[in-house]
Amino acid sequence: MNQLWEAVLWCLDPAQWTGPSGIAARSLEHLGYTLLAVVIAAAIAVPIGWWVGHTGRGRGAAVALSGAARALPTLGVLTLTALLLGIGLAGPMTAFVILAVPSILAAAYAGFEAVDRRVIDAARAQGYTGAQVLWQIEVPLGLPVLVGGLRSAALQVVATATLAAYVGAGGLGRYLFLGLKTQDYAMMLGSSLLVVALALVLDGVFALAGRAAVPRGVTVARRGVNA
Amino acid sequence: MKKPTRRSALALAAVAALALTGCGSSDPLGGQDTASGSPSATGGTGGSGDALVIGSQQYYSNEIIAELYAQALEAEGYTVERDYQIGQREVYLPEVESGAIDVMPEYGGNLLQYYDAEATATSPEDIQAALAEVLPQGLRPLEPAEATDQDSYNVTRAFAEKHSLTSLADLKNVDEPLKVAANSEFETRPYGPAGLKEAYGVDVTVVPVEDSGGPLTVKALVDGDVQLADIYSADPSIAAEDLVTLEDPENLILPQNVTPIASEAVDEEAAAIIEKVNAKLTPEALIGLNRESVEKEASSEDIAQAWLAGQGLS
Repeated sequence: MNQLWEAVLWCLDPAQWTGPSGIAARSLEHLGYTLLAVVIAAAIAVPIGWWVGHTGRGRGAAVALSGAARALPTLGVLTLTALLLGIGLAGPMTAFVILAVPSILAAAYAGFEAVDRRVIDAARAQGYTGAQVLWQIEVPLGLPVLVGGLRSAALQVVATATLAAYVGAGGLGRYLFLGLKTQDYAMMLGSSLLVVALALVLDGVFALAGRAAVPRGVTVARRGVNA
Repeated sequence: MKKPTRRSALALAAVAALALTGCGSSDPLGGQDTASGSPSATGGTGGSGDALVIGSQQYYSNEIIAELYAQALEAEGYTVERDYQIGQREVYLPEVESGAIDVMPEYGGNLLQYYDAEATATSPEDIQAALAEVLPQGLRPLEPAEATDQDSYNVTRAFAEKHSLTSLADLKNVDEPLKVAANSEFETRPYGPAGLKEAYGVDVTVVPVEDSGGPLTVKALVDGDVQLADIYSADPSIAAEDLVTLEDPENLILPQNVTPIASEAVDEEAAAIIEKVNAKLTPEALIGLNRESVEKEASSEDIAQAWLAGQGLS
Protein backbone atom coordinates (compact mmCIF):
# COMPACT_ATOMS: atom_id res chain seq x y z
CA MET A 1 0.00 0.00 0.00
CA ASN A 2 2.84 2.28 0.94
CA GLN A 3 4.57 1.67 -2.39
CA LEU A 4 1.37 2.36 -4.25
CA TRP A 5 1.09 5.69 -2.46
CA GLU A 6 4.70 6.56 -3.30
CA ALA A 7 3.98 5.67 -6.93
CA VAL A 8 0.99 8.01 -6.96
CA LEU A 9 3.15 10.75 -5.43
CA TRP A 10 5.75 10.13 -8.13
CA CYS A 11 3.09 10.57 -10.84
CA LEU A 12 1.88 13.80 -9.26
CA ASP A 13 5.32 15.31 -8.68
CA PRO A 14 5.42 18.39 -10.93
CA ALA A 15 9.20 18.15 -11.20
CA GLN A 16 8.80 14.86 -13.07
CA TRP A 17 6.49 16.32 -15.69
CA THR A 18 8.68 18.81 -17.52
CA GLY A 19 11.72 18.59 -19.76
CA PRO A 20 12.57 16.39 -22.74
CA SER A 21 12.52 13.31 -20.50
CA GLY A 22 9.56 14.43 -18.38
CA ILE A 23 6.31 12.54 -17.96
CA ALA A 24 4.43 14.86 -20.33
CA ALA A 25 6.88 14.33 -23.18
CA ARG A 26 7.15 10.58 -22.54
CA SER A 27 3.36 10.17 -22.40
CA LEU A 28 2.93 12.00 -25.70
CA GLU A 29 5.64 9.85 -27.23
CA HIS A 30 3.91 6.76 -25.88
CA LEU A 31 0.52 7.83 -27.22
CA GLY A 32 2.06 8.77 -30.55
CA TYR A 33 3.66 5.33 -30.94
CA THR A 34 0.37 3.66 -30.08
CA LEU A 35 -1.66 5.65 -32.60
CA LEU A 36 0.98 5.29 -35.32
CA ALA A 37 1.08 1.52 -34.83
CA VAL A 38 -2.72 1.26 -34.98
CA VAL A 39 -2.90 3.45 -38.09
CA ILE A 40 -0.25 1.41 -39.92
CA ALA A 41 -1.84 -1.86 -38.80
CA ALA A 42 -5.26 -0.64 -39.94
CA ALA A 43 -3.86 0.37 -43.33
CA ILE A 44 -2.67 -3.22 -43.73
CA ALA A 45 -5.43 -5.18 -42.04
CA VAL A 46 -8.62 -3.32 -43.00
CA PRO A 47 -8.34 -3.77 -46.81
CA ILE A 48 -7.42 -7.43 -46.38
CA GLY A 49 -10.19 -7.99 -43.84
CA TRP A 50 -12.76 -6.30 -46.04
CA TRP A 51 -11.66 -8.31 -49.05
CA VAL A 52 -11.94 -11.53 -47.03
CA GLY A 53 -15.32 -10.50 -45.65
CA HIS A 54 -16.70 -9.31 -48.98
CA THR A 55 -15.57 -12.24 -51.12
CA GLY A 56 -15.62 -14.91 -48.47
CA ARG A 57 -12.28 -16.09 -49.82
CA GLY A 58 -9.15 -16.76 -47.82
CA ARG A 59 -10.99 -16.85 -44.54
CA GLY A 60 -9.18 -19.95 -43.30
CA ALA A 61 -5.82 -18.43 -44.11
CA ALA A 62 -6.75 -15.14 -42.43
CA VAL A 63 -7.82 -16.96 -39.27
CA ALA A 64 -4.66 -19.07 -39.22
CA LEU A 65 -2.36 -16.14 -39.92
CA SER A 66 -3.85 -13.82 -37.38
CA GLY A 67 -3.97 -16.61 -34.81
CA ALA A 68 -0.28 -17.33 -35.37
CA ALA A 69 0.58 -13.64 -35.25
CA ARG A 70 -1.24 -13.29 -31.94
CA ALA A 71 1.00 -15.96 -30.47
CA LEU A 72 4.21 -14.11 -31.38
CA PRO A 73 5.92 -12.82 -28.24
CA THR A 74 6.42 -9.11 -28.84
CA LEU A 75 9.76 -8.88 -27.05
CA GLY A 76 11.10 -11.63 -29.30
CA VAL A 77 9.85 -9.94 -32.47
CA LEU A 78 11.21 -6.63 -31.26
CA THR A 79 14.66 -8.06 -30.59
CA LEU A 80 14.74 -9.76 -33.98
CA THR A 81 13.58 -6.70 -35.90
CA ALA A 82 15.90 -4.39 -33.96
CA LEU A 83 18.81 -6.70 -34.74
CA LEU A 84 17.91 -6.31 -38.42
CA LEU A 85 16.99 -2.64 -38.44
CA GLY A 86 19.17 -1.23 -35.65
CA ILE A 87 18.11 0.62 -32.54
CA GLY A 88 15.46 3.31 -32.71
CA LEU A 89 11.78 3.24 -33.54
CA ALA A 90 11.71 0.97 -36.60
CA GLY A 91 12.19 -2.29 -34.69
CA PRO A 92 9.59 -1.73 -31.98
CA MET A 93 7.12 -0.20 -34.45
CA THR A 94 7.28 -3.34 -36.60
CA ALA A 95 6.60 -5.44 -33.51
CA PHE A 96 3.65 -3.26 -32.46
CA VAL A 97 2.12 -3.41 -35.93
CA ILE A 98 2.39 -7.21 -35.87
CA LEU A 99 0.69 -7.10 -32.48
CA ALA A 100 -2.14 -4.86 -33.70
CA VAL A 101 -2.90 -6.49 -37.06
CA PRO A 102 -4.74 -9.65 -35.87
CA SER A 103 -7.47 -7.87 -33.86
CA ILE A 104 -8.12 -5.39 -36.65
CA LEU A 105 -8.07 -8.03 -39.38
CA ALA A 106 -10.48 -10.26 -37.48
CA ALA A 107 -12.79 -7.34 -36.71
CA ALA A 108 -12.79 -6.20 -40.33
CA TYR A 109 -14.02 -9.50 -41.74
CA ALA A 110 -16.16 -10.39 -38.73
CA GLY A 111 -17.95 -7.06 -39.16
CA PHE A 112 -18.90 -8.03 -42.70
CA GLU A 113 -19.95 -11.50 -41.64
CA ALA A 114 -22.23 -10.02 -39.02
CA VAL A 115 -24.23 -8.22 -41.69
CA ASP A 116 -27.60 -9.92 -42.18
CA ARG A 117 -27.41 -11.89 -45.44
CA ARG A 118 -30.99 -10.88 -46.26
CA VAL A 119 -29.95 -7.22 -46.37
CA ILE A 120 -27.27 -8.03 -48.93
CA ASP A 121 -29.62 -10.25 -50.93
CA ALA A 122 -32.20 -7.46 -50.95
CA ALA A 123 -29.60 -4.99 -52.16
CA ARG A 124 -28.50 -7.30 -54.94
CA ALA A 125 -32.12 -7.85 -55.94
CA GLN A 126 -32.47 -4.09 -56.29
CA GLY A 127 -29.52 -4.08 -58.65
CA TYR A 128 -26.67 -2.97 -56.36
CA THR A 129 -23.27 -3.70 -57.86
CA GLY A 130 -20.58 -5.48 -55.84
CA ALA A 131 -18.90 -2.15 -55.09
CA GLN A 132 -22.18 -0.61 -53.96
CA VAL A 133 -22.86 -3.55 -51.65
CA LEU A 134 -19.37 -3.12 -50.23
CA TRP A 135 -19.42 0.64 -49.66
CA GLN A 136 -23.08 1.28 -48.93
CA ILE A 137 -23.99 -1.81 -46.92
CA GLU A 138 -21.09 -3.90 -45.65
CA VAL A 139 -18.70 -1.11 -44.68
CA PRO A 140 -21.18 1.02 -42.71
CA LEU A 141 -22.87 -1.95 -41.07
CA GLY A 142 -19.56 -3.60 -40.22
CA LEU A 143 -18.07 -0.40 -38.85
CA PRO A 144 -19.03 -0.82 -35.17
CA VAL A 145 -17.32 -4.24 -35.07
CA LEU A 146 -14.25 -2.77 -36.82
CA VAL A 147 -14.04 0.04 -34.26
CA GLY A 148 -14.18 -2.63 -31.57
CA GLY A 149 -11.19 -4.31 -33.20
CA LEU A 150 -9.30 -1.01 -33.37
CA ARG A 151 -10.11 -0.52 -29.71
CA SER A 152 -8.66 -3.82 -28.59
CA ALA A 153 -5.62 -3.34 -30.86
CA ALA A 154 -4.99 0.11 -29.37
CA LEU A 155 -5.24 -1.27 -25.83
CA GLN A 156 -2.80 -4.08 -26.59
CA VAL A 157 -0.33 -1.69 -28.18
CA VAL A 158 -0.56 0.98 -25.48
CA ALA A 159 0.30 -1.64 -22.87
CA THR A 160 3.10 -3.11 -24.95
CA ALA A 161 4.60 0.17 -26.19
CA THR A 162 6.63 0.22 -22.96
CA LEU A 163 8.98 -2.10 -24.86
CA ALA A 164 10.03 0.73 -27.17
CA ALA A 165 12.39 1.80 -24.40
CA TYR A 166 14.14 -1.56 -24.65
CA VAL A 167 15.91 -0.30 -27.76
CA GLY A 168 16.26 3.34 -26.81
CA ALA A 169 13.11 4.68 -28.46
CA GLY A 170 11.65 6.22 -25.28
CA GLY A 171 7.99 6.24 -24.28
CA LEU A 172 6.75 5.52 -20.79
CA GLY A 173 8.76 2.28 -20.73
CA ARG A 174 11.83 4.45 -20.13
CA TYR A 175 10.73 4.88 -16.51
CA LEU A 176 9.69 1.26 -16.21
CA PHE A 177 13.16 -0.01 -17.13
CA LEU A 178 15.01 2.66 -15.17
CA GLY A 179 12.89 2.01 -12.08
CA LEU A 180 13.37 -1.73 -12.40
CA LYS A 181 17.14 -1.55 -12.75
CA THR A 182 17.71 1.04 -10.03
CA GLN A 183 15.21 -0.46 -7.55
CA ASP A 184 13.18 2.75 -7.75
CA TYR A 185 9.87 0.95 -7.41
CA ALA A 186 7.86 4.15 -7.00
CA MET A 187 9.01 5.20 -10.47
CA MET A 188 8.35 1.74 -11.88
CA LEU A 189 4.86 1.44 -10.45
CA GLY A 190 4.13 5.10 -11.17
CA SER A 191 4.92 4.68 -14.85
CA SER A 192 2.73 1.58 -14.94
CA LEU A 193 -0.12 3.64 -13.50
CA LEU A 194 0.43 6.20 -16.25
CA VAL A 195 0.16 3.46 -18.87
CA VAL A 196 -3.07 2.28 -17.23
CA ALA A 197 -4.41 5.84 -17.31
CA LEU A 198 -3.53 6.21 -20.99
CA ALA A 199 -5.23 2.88 -21.70
CA LEU A 200 -8.40 4.01 -19.92
CA VAL A 201 -8.47 7.27 -21.85
CA LEU A 202 -7.99 5.42 -25.15
CA ASP A 203 -10.66 2.91 -24.21
CA GLY A 204 -13.10 5.72 -23.46
CA VAL A 205 -12.38 7.45 -26.76
CA PHE A 206 -12.90 4.24 -28.72
CA ALA A 207 -16.08 3.46 -26.80
CA LEU A 208 -17.49 6.81 -27.89
CA ALA A 209 -16.26 6.26 -31.44
CA GLY A 210 -17.88 2.83 -31.45
CA ARG A 211 -21.19 4.34 -30.48
CA ALA A 212 -20.88 7.02 -33.13
CA ALA A 213 -20.02 4.38 -35.74
CA VAL A 214 -23.42 2.69 -35.55
CA PRO A 215 -25.44 3.92 -38.56
CA ARG A 216 -28.62 5.74 -37.59
CA GLY A 217 -30.88 3.30 -39.41
CA VAL A 218 -29.51 0.43 -37.33
CA THR A 219 -30.23 2.20 -34.05
CA VAL A 220 -33.73 2.98 -35.18
CA ALA A 221 -34.28 -0.61 -36.25
CA ARG A 222 -32.93 -1.93 -32.95
CA ARG A 223 -35.08 0.39 -30.94
CA GLY A 224 -38.01 -0.76 -32.99
CA VAL A 225 -37.24 -4.39 -32.20
CA ASN A 226 -36.71 -3.71 -28.52
CA ALA A 227 -39.85 -1.65 -28.11
CA MET B 1 -5.13 -23.58 -60.94
CA LYS B 2 -5.06 -20.18 -59.34
CA LYS B 3 -6.87 -21.03 -56.15
CA PRO B 4 -4.76 -23.88 -54.80
CA THR B 5 -1.54 -21.90 -55.45
CA ARG B 6 -2.76 -18.94 -53.46
CA ARG B 7 -4.01 -21.15 -50.70
CA SER B 8 -0.77 -23.09 -50.43
CA ALA B 9 1.22 -19.85 -50.43
CA LEU B 10 -0.86 -18.57 -47.55
CA ALA B 11 -0.53 -21.87 -45.72
CA LEU B 12 3.22 -21.68 -46.18
CA ALA B 13 3.21 -18.18 -44.73
CA ALA B 14 1.18 -19.42 -41.79
CA VAL B 15 3.68 -22.20 -41.16
CA ALA B 16 6.53 -19.71 -41.40
CA ALA B 17 4.77 -17.46 -38.90
CA LEU B 18 4.32 -20.42 -36.58
CA ALA B 19 7.98 -21.31 -36.89
CA LEU B 20 8.89 -17.72 -36.09
CA THR B 21 6.71 -17.96 -33.01
CA GLY B 22 8.79 -20.90 -31.90
CA CYS B 23 12.20 -19.31 -32.14
CA GLY B 24 10.97 -15.94 -30.94
CA SER B 25 9.86 -17.35 -27.64
CA SER B 26 12.82 -19.54 -26.88
CA ASP B 27 15.61 -17.02 -27.15
CA PRO B 28 15.10 -13.57 -25.60
CA LEU B 29 12.64 -14.71 -22.98
CA GLY B 30 14.52 -17.84 -22.01
CA GLY B 31 16.73 -16.24 -19.41
CA GLN B 32 14.07 -14.11 -17.84
CA ASP B 33 11.24 -16.27 -16.73
CA THR B 34 13.26 -18.00 -14.04
CA ALA B 35 13.64 -14.77 -12.09
CA SER B 36 10.17 -14.41 -10.71
CA GLY B 37 9.93 -17.86 -9.22
CA SER B 38 13.39 -18.09 -7.78
CA PRO B 39 13.13 -16.18 -4.48
CA SER B 40 10.61 -18.64 -3.10
CA ALA B 41 12.43 -21.56 -4.66
CA THR B 42 15.66 -20.65 -2.94
CA GLY B 43 13.88 -19.96 0.33
CA GLY B 44 12.92 -23.58 0.62
CA THR B 45 16.34 -25.12 0.24
CA GLY B 46 17.94 -23.53 3.30
CA GLY B 47 20.44 -25.53 5.33
CA SER B 48 19.83 -28.83 3.57
CA GLY B 49 21.97 -31.51 5.19
CA ASP B 50 25.57 -31.83 4.09
CA ALA B 51 25.08 -30.55 0.55
CA LEU B 52 26.73 -27.27 -0.32
CA VAL B 53 24.26 -25.01 -2.10
CA ILE B 54 25.84 -23.07 -4.95
CA GLY B 55 23.95 -20.13 -6.35
CA SER B 56 24.38 -18.03 -9.47
CA GLN B 57 23.14 -14.73 -10.79
CA GLN B 58 20.72 -14.52 -13.64
CA TYR B 59 23.65 -14.09 -16.00
CA TYR B 60 24.98 -16.85 -18.20
CA SER B 61 28.63 -16.15 -17.43
CA ASN B 62 28.01 -16.23 -13.68
CA GLU B 63 26.28 -19.56 -14.04
CA ILE B 64 29.30 -20.99 -15.86
CA ILE B 65 31.56 -19.89 -13.00
CA ALA B 66 29.15 -21.39 -10.45
CA GLU B 67 29.20 -24.63 -12.43
CA LEU B 68 33.02 -24.65 -12.39
CA TYR B 69 32.95 -24.52 -8.58
CA ALA B 70 30.17 -27.11 -8.40
CA GLN B 71 31.96 -29.67 -10.56
CA ALA B 72 35.34 -29.06 -8.92
CA LEU B 73 33.74 -29.71 -5.50
CA GLU B 74 31.94 -32.80 -6.78
CA ALA B 75 35.21 -34.15 -8.17
CA GLU B 76 36.59 -34.04 -4.61
CA GLY B 77 33.60 -35.90 -3.19
CA TYR B 78 31.41 -33.04 -2.01
CA THR B 79 27.66 -33.16 -2.48
CA VAL B 80 26.47 -30.05 -4.28
CA GLU B 81 23.06 -28.55 -4.81
CA ARG B 82 22.64 -26.04 -7.64
CA ASP B 83 20.45 -22.99 -7.30
CA TYR B 84 21.16 -20.99 -10.44
CA GLN B 85 19.73 -17.95 -12.23
CA ILE B 86 18.66 -15.94 -9.20
CA GLY B 87 17.87 -12.34 -10.17
CA GLN B 88 19.90 -9.49 -8.80
CA ARG B 89 21.84 -8.78 -5.60
CA GLU B 90 18.76 -7.48 -3.83
CA VAL B 91 17.20 -10.90 -4.30
CA TYR B 92 20.00 -13.40 -3.76
CA LEU B 93 22.19 -11.73 -1.15
CA PRO B 94 19.51 -12.03 1.57
CA GLU B 95 19.41 -15.75 0.69
CA VAL B 96 23.18 -15.98 1.08
CA GLU B 97 23.03 -14.10 4.39
CA SER B 98 20.32 -16.43 5.70
CA GLY B 99 22.45 -19.48 4.89
CA ALA B 100 20.16 -20.82 2.14
CA ILE B 101 23.06 -20.47 -0.30
CA ASP B 102 26.62 -21.41 0.67
CA VAL B 103 28.70 -20.33 -2.31
CA MET B 104 27.95 -17.47 -4.68
CA PRO B 105 30.26 -16.23 -7.44
CA GLU B 106 30.42 -12.47 -7.07
CA TYR B 107 32.24 -9.48 -8.52
CA GLY B 108 34.48 -7.57 -6.09
CA GLY B 109 33.78 -3.90 -6.80
CA ASN B 110 30.01 -4.07 -7.15
CA LEU B 111 29.68 -6.35 -4.15
CA LEU B 112 31.68 -3.90 -2.05
CA GLN B 113 29.50 -1.01 -3.20
CA TYR B 114 26.40 -2.99 -2.33
CA TYR B 115 27.49 -3.29 1.30
CA ASP B 116 29.32 0.05 1.51
CA ALA B 117 28.20 2.75 -0.89
CA GLU B 118 30.93 5.05 0.49
CA ALA B 119 33.78 2.62 -0.20
CA THR B 120 36.92 4.27 -1.55
CA ALA B 121 38.96 1.18 -2.49
CA THR B 122 39.88 1.07 -6.19
CA SER B 123 42.53 -1.65 -6.49
CA PRO B 124 41.61 -5.34 -6.43
CA GLU B 125 43.69 -5.87 -3.27
CA ASP B 126 42.04 -2.99 -1.38
CA ILE B 127 38.61 -4.16 -2.50
CA GLN B 128 39.32 -7.66 -1.23
CA ALA B 129 40.50 -6.31 2.13
CA ALA B 130 37.49 -4.03 2.41
CA LEU B 131 35.13 -6.88 1.52
CA ALA B 132 36.41 -8.97 4.42
CA GLU B 133 35.42 -6.06 6.68
CA VAL B 134 31.96 -5.30 5.36
CA LEU B 135 30.52 -8.76 4.61
CA PRO B 136 27.87 -9.76 7.17
CA GLN B 137 28.67 -12.17 10.01
CA GLY B 138 29.28 -15.68 8.77
CA LEU B 139 30.25 -14.77 5.21
CA ARG B 140 33.76 -14.45 3.84
CA PRO B 141 35.22 -13.60 0.45
CA LEU B 142 37.43 -16.30 -1.02
CA GLU B 143 40.58 -15.53 -2.98
CA PRO B 144 39.49 -13.67 -6.15
CA ALA B 145 40.33 -14.76 -9.67
CA GLU B 146 42.44 -12.66 -11.96
CA ALA B 147 39.48 -12.62 -14.32
CA THR B 148 37.23 -9.59 -14.13
CA ASP B 149 33.87 -8.86 -15.67
CA GLN B 150 33.16 -5.18 -15.46
CA ASP B 151 31.51 -2.36 -17.34
CA SER B 152 33.80 -0.94 -19.99
CA TYR B 153 33.58 1.86 -22.54
CA ASN B 154 34.10 0.50 -26.05
CA VAL B 155 34.47 2.13 -29.46
CA THR B 156 34.83 0.67 -32.92
CA ARG B 157 38.36 0.19 -34.27
CA ALA B 158 37.65 2.76 -37.00
CA PHE B 159 36.47 5.39 -34.52
CA ALA B 160 39.48 4.76 -32.27
CA GLU B 161 41.90 5.20 -35.17
CA LYS B 162 40.16 8.26 -36.57
CA HIS B 163 40.48 10.09 -33.24
CA SER B 164 43.57 8.19 -32.00
CA LEU B 165 41.85 6.93 -28.87
CA THR B 166 43.33 4.53 -26.38
CA SER B 167 41.97 5.83 -23.09
CA LEU B 168 38.90 7.58 -21.77
CA ALA B 169 41.05 10.70 -21.32
CA ASP B 170 41.52 10.89 -25.11
CA LEU B 171 37.78 11.43 -25.57
CA LYS B 172 38.35 15.10 -24.69
CA ASN B 173 39.84 15.59 -28.14
CA VAL B 174 36.84 14.22 -30.02
CA ASP B 175 34.98 17.18 -31.51
CA GLU B 176 31.64 15.50 -32.17
CA PRO B 177 28.82 14.78 -29.73
CA LEU B 178 29.27 11.45 -27.97
CA LYS B 179 26.44 9.02 -27.35
CA VAL B 180 26.85 5.88 -25.32
CA ALA B 181 24.58 2.85 -25.59
CA ALA B 182 23.98 1.25 -22.19
CA ASN B 183 21.25 0.00 -19.89
CA SER B 184 19.11 2.83 -18.54
CA GLU B 185 20.54 2.54 -15.03
CA PHE B 186 23.95 3.50 -16.47
CA GLU B 187 22.67 7.08 -16.30
CA THR B 188 22.65 6.90 -12.48
CA ARG B 189 25.80 4.83 -11.91
CA PRO B 190 28.97 6.46 -10.48
CA TYR B 191 30.88 5.43 -13.62
CA GLY B 192 28.14 6.83 -15.89
CA PRO B 193 28.00 10.27 -17.55
CA ALA B 194 28.46 12.21 -14.29
CA GLY B 195 31.54 10.19 -13.33
CA LEU B 196 33.00 10.48 -16.81
CA LYS B 197 32.58 14.24 -16.69
CA GLU B 198 34.21 14.47 -13.28
CA ALA B 199 37.14 12.15 -13.94
CA TYR B 200 37.88 13.00 -17.57
CA GLY B 201 35.93 16.17 -18.38
CA VAL B 202 34.01 14.40 -21.15
CA ASP B 203 30.31 14.94 -21.90
CA VAL B 204 28.23 12.01 -23.11
CA THR B 205 24.53 11.33 -23.46
CA VAL B 206 23.07 7.91 -22.79
CA VAL B 207 21.02 6.04 -25.37
CA PRO B 208 19.27 3.39 -23.29
CA VAL B 209 19.39 -0.08 -24.82
CA GLU B 210 18.22 -2.60 -22.27
CA ASP B 211 20.08 -5.77 -23.18
CA SER B 212 23.07 -5.31 -20.84
CA GLY B 213 25.67 -4.85 -23.51
CA GLY B 214 24.20 -7.66 -25.60
CA PRO B 215 23.75 -7.90 -29.37
CA LEU B 216 21.47 -4.84 -29.66
CA THR B 217 24.01 -2.64 -27.87
CA VAL B 218 26.83 -3.98 -30.02
CA LYS B 219 24.77 -3.41 -33.17
CA ALA B 220 24.03 0.19 -32.16
CA LEU B 221 27.78 0.77 -31.85
CA VAL B 222 28.75 -1.01 -35.07
CA ASP B 223 25.95 0.77 -37.01
CA GLY B 224 27.26 4.12 -35.80
CA ASP B 225 24.02 5.03 -33.98
CA VAL B 226 26.25 5.62 -30.95
CA GLN B 227 29.99 6.27 -30.62
CA LEU B 228 30.48 4.41 -27.33
CA ALA B 229 28.95 1.32 -25.78
CA ASP B 230 29.01 -0.07 -22.28
CA ILE B 231 29.87 -3.76 -22.66
CA TYR B 232 31.01 -6.20 -19.97
CA SER B 233 34.73 -6.72 -20.33
CA ALA B 234 34.42 -10.52 -20.46
CA ASP B 235 31.99 -10.36 -23.38
CA PRO B 236 33.36 -12.25 -26.39
CA SER B 237 31.72 -9.77 -28.77
CA ILE B 238 34.44 -7.21 -27.99
CA ALA B 239 36.99 -9.37 -29.78
CA ALA B 240 34.50 -10.73 -32.33
CA GLU B 241 33.53 -7.24 -33.53
CA ASP B 242 37.09 -5.90 -33.21
CA LEU B 243 36.07 -3.25 -30.70
CA VAL B 244 38.53 -1.16 -28.72
CA THR B 245 38.05 -1.00 -24.95
CA LEU B 246 39.18 2.41 -23.70
CA GLU B 247 41.58 2.34 -20.77
CA ASP B 248 40.55 3.86 -17.49
CA PRO B 249 43.66 5.39 -15.86
CA GLU B 250 41.61 7.24 -13.23
CA ASN B 251 39.95 4.00 -12.01
CA LEU B 252 36.50 5.38 -12.73
CA ILE B 253 35.17 1.84 -13.05
CA LEU B 254 35.89 -0.39 -10.07
CA PRO B 255 37.65 -3.66 -10.88
CA GLN B 256 35.20 -6.56 -10.76
CA ASN B 257 37.37 -9.57 -10.09
CA VAL B 258 35.45 -12.81 -9.83
CA THR B 259 35.19 -13.26 -6.06
CA PRO B 260 33.23 -16.14 -4.54
CA ILE B 261 31.59 -15.49 -1.18
CA ALA B 262 31.24 -18.44 1.14
CA SER B 263 29.19 -19.27 4.21
CA GLU B 264 30.46 -21.06 7.33
CA ALA B 265 29.25 -24.35 5.83
CA VAL B 266 32.17 -24.10 3.39
CA ASP B 267 35.13 -25.66 5.22
CA GLU B 268 38.78 -24.87 4.52
CA GLU B 269 39.17 -27.83 2.20
CA ALA B 270 36.18 -26.82 0.08
CA ALA B 271 37.40 -23.22 0.03
CA ALA B 272 40.80 -24.41 -1.19
CA ILE B 273 39.14 -26.32 -4.06
CA ILE B 274 37.25 -23.21 -5.16
CA GLU B 275 40.37 -21.06 -4.87
CA LYS B 276 42.29 -23.54 -6.99
CA VAL B 277 39.72 -23.02 -9.75
CA ASN B 278 40.01 -19.26 -9.31
CA ALA B 279 43.80 -19.41 -9.60
CA LYS B 280 43.38 -20.71 -13.16
CA LEU B 281 40.59 -18.32 -14.10
CA THR B 282 42.43 -15.65 -16.08
CA PRO B 283 40.62 -12.88 -17.99
CA GLU B 284 41.27 -14.75 -21.25
CA ALA B 285 39.96 -17.96 -19.74
CA LEU B 286 36.71 -16.28 -18.70
CA ILE B 287 36.21 -14.75 -22.16
CA GLY B 288 36.89 -18.19 -23.65
CA LEU B 289 34.27 -19.77 -21.39
CA ASN B 290 31.75 -17.09 -22.32
CA ARG B 291 32.51 -17.59 -26.00
CA GLU B 292 31.62 -21.28 -25.70
CA SER B 293 28.21 -20.20 -24.46
CA VAL B 294 27.55 -17.28 -26.81
CA GLU B 295 28.95 -18.71 -30.03
CA LYS B 296 28.45 -22.45 -29.62
CA GLU B 297 25.46 -22.29 -27.30
CA ALA B 298 26.96 -25.03 -25.15
CA SER B 299 25.41 -25.65 -21.71
CA SER B 300 27.20 -24.40 -18.61
CA GLU B 301 27.58 -28.02 -17.54
CA ASP B 302 29.42 -29.03 -20.71
CA ILE B 303 31.52 -25.87 -20.77
CA ALA B 304 32.62 -26.33 -17.17
CA GLN B 305 33.35 -30.02 -17.65
CA ALA B 306 35.55 -29.44 -20.69
CA TRP B 307 37.45 -26.56 -19.10
CA LEU B 308 38.09 -28.29 -15.78
CA ALA B 309 39.34 -31.36 -17.62
CA GLY B 310 41.65 -29.16 -19.67
CA GLN B 311 43.05 -27.55 -16.51
CA GLY B 312 43.50 -30.91 -14.76
CA LEU B 313 40.97 -29.97 -12.09
CA SER B 314 38.36 -32.67 -12.52
